[in-house]
Amino acid sequence: MYLHEYQSKQLLGAYGMPLPAGRIAHSAEEAVAVARAIGGASWMVKAQVHAGARGKAGGVQRANSSADVERIARALIGSRLVTQQTGVQGLPVGAVLVETPCVAVRELYLSLTIDRRSERVLVMAAAGGGMEIEQRAHDTPDTIHTVTADPVAGLQAEQCRTLAVSLQLADKQIAQFTQILLALYRLFVEKDAALIEINPLVVTDAGDLLALDAKIVLDDNALYRQTELAALRDVTQEDARESAARGFGLNYITLDGNIACMVNGAGLAMATMDLIKLHGGEPANFLDVGGGTTADKVAEAFKLILSDKKVRAILVNIFGGIVRCDLIAEGIIKAVSEVGITLPVVVRLEGNNAERARELLHDSRLKIIAADGLTDAAVKAVKAVASS
Amino acid sequence: MSILVNKNTKVLCQGFTGKQGTFHSEQAIAYGTRMVSGVTPGKGGATHLGLPVFNTVRDAVRETQADASMIYVPAPYAADAILDAADAGIKVIVCITEGIPVLDMLKVKAALKNYPQARLIGPNCPGVITPGACKIGIMPGAIHKPGCVGIVSRSGTLTYEAVHQTTQNGLGQSTCVGIGGDPIHGMNFIDCLALFEQDPQTEGIILVGEIGGTAEEAAAEYIEAHVSKLVVSYIAGLTAPAGKRMGHAGAIISGGSGTAQGKIAALERAGVTVVHSPAEMGAGMLEQFKRCKPREHHS
Repeated sequence: MYLHEYQSKQLLGAYGMPLPAGRIAHSAEEAVAVARAIGGASWMVKAQVHAGARGKAGGVQRANSSADVERIARALIGSRLVTQQTGVQGLPVGAVLVETPCVAVRELYLSLTIDRRSERVLVMAAAGGGMEIEQRAHDTPDTIHTVTADPVAGLQAEQCRTLAVSLQLADKQIAQFTQILLALYRLFVEKDAALIEINPLVVTDAGDLLALDAKIVLDDNALYRQTELAALRDVTQEDARESAARGFGLNYITLDGNIACMVNGAGLAMATMDLIKLHGGEPANFLDVGGGTTADKVAEAFKLILSDKKVRAILVNIFGGIVRCDLIAEGIIKAVSEVGITLPVVVRLEGNNAERARELLHDSRLKIIAADGLTDAAVKAVKAVASS
Repeated sequence: MSILVNKNTKVLCQGFTGKQGTFHSEQAIAYGTRMVSGVTPGKGGATHLGLPVFNTVRDAVRETQADASMIYVPAPYAADAILDAADAGIKVIVCITEGIPVLDMLKVKAALKNYPQARLIGPNCPGVITPGACKIGIMPGAIHKPGCVGIVSRSGTLTYEAVHQTTQNGLGQSTCVGIGGDPIHGMNFIDCLALFEQDPQTEGIILVGEIGGTAEEAAAEYIEAHVSKLVVSYIAGLTAPAGKRMGHAGAIISGGSGTAQGKIAALERAGVTVVHSPAEMGAGMLEQFKRCKPREHHS
C-alpha cells in the first residue's frame, strides 16, 4: 500500500527525520492559511498523488507570495496530474503539501527495501538525487553504495557511518546521517514497510541533512497489524475496479486489451493473459478469483469484468482441482444468467468431473462456449472478438 | 525413488483442527499419505480424524516420530509455526499459508540457518507431492501419476497444468514441488534442481517460473553448470505490466528487472527448452525425451 508524501513525512517526522516545515492543505484557502502559519516569503506547493516525476509535470511549484500559493493550489486541487509514471489518465489531486523551500548544496538518494537475494533489508545510498535508482543501478552500479541489515541484530551504526563516508559526508553530517538511517531502519521494521525512499535527501546551505521528498510503501500482508496506517489508504489514487475487487477478495488489474479473463490462481491468470496474446488477442485484465471459487465470487468477478466497457469477450479458465468442475460450471451458468451477460463467454474447465461440466455448459443455452483445453480456449476467445 | 517425501514420510499437520487443516488432512489421508498426528496449541490430548492432537510440534514428534509437517496456520501465526517445526527437528516443513508479512519471513529465514536439518517449502505454495506415495498440500491428488518428470514451480495452478499434461501424455511425475509465490521463501529452484539431478527416478525436469526477482536467472546459471537432465521451462507474465503486483507478492517487474523476457533469454542461453505456451509444458518435455538422450554433462 502506497502512502502519500505528506503521510510518509508525518511518519518520518515521528521518527525524528529532519524535514522542511510544512502541512497538508485540502483547499486553496487552507493552503494560504498553512503558508501564513509556517511563515517566510516563499513556499513550495506540492500536489499529492501516488506517483513520481511530479516536478516536470507541474505538480511541484514555487510560490513567491500568498496570492501565488492560492493560485497554484487552486489550479492543482481537483485537477488530474499526468506525470511520466501515471499513464495518460493521470491521478486526481485531492490535496497539496505546502512547505518551506530550502537551499540544497548537495542532493543524495537513500532507500530501504527488501532484497530477495540476500533475504535482508537493503539500504541503498547514492550521491545525486532525483533519478530513477534502478536505471542508475543498471548503468553505473559503482556509484551506488549498499549495506544489508542482519534481520536479528538489525542495522548497525558502523554500517551507517560507512555509508556516510562513502557519500563523502563530513563532520556533523556523519552523525546526523547515522541517526537518520538508524531511525529509518526502526521505522521500516516497526511499521512493516516494503520501501522507504528519501529522494532527495539534501545537504542544506547550513550543512544539515533534510528529507525533501519521501515515499513509503507498506507490506500489504502486514496491514492487519498496522491498522492505523491501513486507515491512511487513499482509494482515489487506485483504479476503481482494482479497489472494488479487493473488497470481494479478488485480485484484479486493469490492462488495455478487450478479452477479459477470469482465472483461479495468479500464475495461471498471468499465463492466460500471455496465451491470449500468443494467439493474437489482447488481454483486458488480470483476474485471480483464488482457490475456493464460489458462485458468488464468480458473479462478482463477472460484474467487475463487465464494468470495463472495452471488453468484447470473456475467457474463464479454471483448473478445478479439488473443487468439482460441474459445481463450478453451475456457478458460472447461474452468474451468467443472473448478471445478464450478452458478451461471448468462453469457458475452459479442467479437473474433477470436467466432462460433466462441459455438458452442462453446452446445454445451458446461454452464450457460453465450452473450450477443450487451454489453447482451444484462447483461440475461441480471440475468434469470438474477431467475429463480434 | 523421489525427492523430499515418499511413502515412509510421517506427516503431522499444524493448524490441524482448523477448517483448512481438517479438510486437507482428510484429503492427504485419503490419498495414502502417512499422517501420524496434528498440532493445535491448547487442544493437546484430543483426537481429531482418528489422530492424536498435541500442543507443540515437539510433543508430536516425540510421540509419533513425524518427520514432515504441513502448516495451515493463519498468516499472523505462521512464522511461529514454521520455527516450532524446525525447533522440533522436522525435516520437511511445508507452509501452505498465504499472506505472511515479509519481515516475519526474513526472521524465519535467518533463524532457519540454526536448523540445517530443516527444509522449508513455501509459504504461499501448493505443497509437495510424490505421486502414489505422499501428498502434503492442497494440490488435487487425482491428476498425478507416478513417473519420471520432476516439477518445480512458483505457481500453484500452473503446477497443476504441468502435472495434468505430463499425466495425459503418459510421462507422470517423480515429485512435484510448489516453492511458492512470495518474495522470501524456503527452498528455491536451485535446491530442487540439485535434488532432482541426484534422483534416479527423475529423467526430466519442468521448471515453471514467473515475473519478479532473479530466481530463474540464478537457476539458469545452475542448470548450465550442474544439471545433466533435460529441463523444460515455462515463464508466466510476458504481458504483465511493470510495477504491478500480479497476485503473488513476489510477481512484480520493478525497474526493468524481473521481466519474463529476461528470464526466458537466460534459460535459453543455458540450454533449457522454454515453451511459449502454458499448454505445451508436457508436450515440450515429451518431445525433448524423444529427440535426445539426456545431454552429456558439460565437461
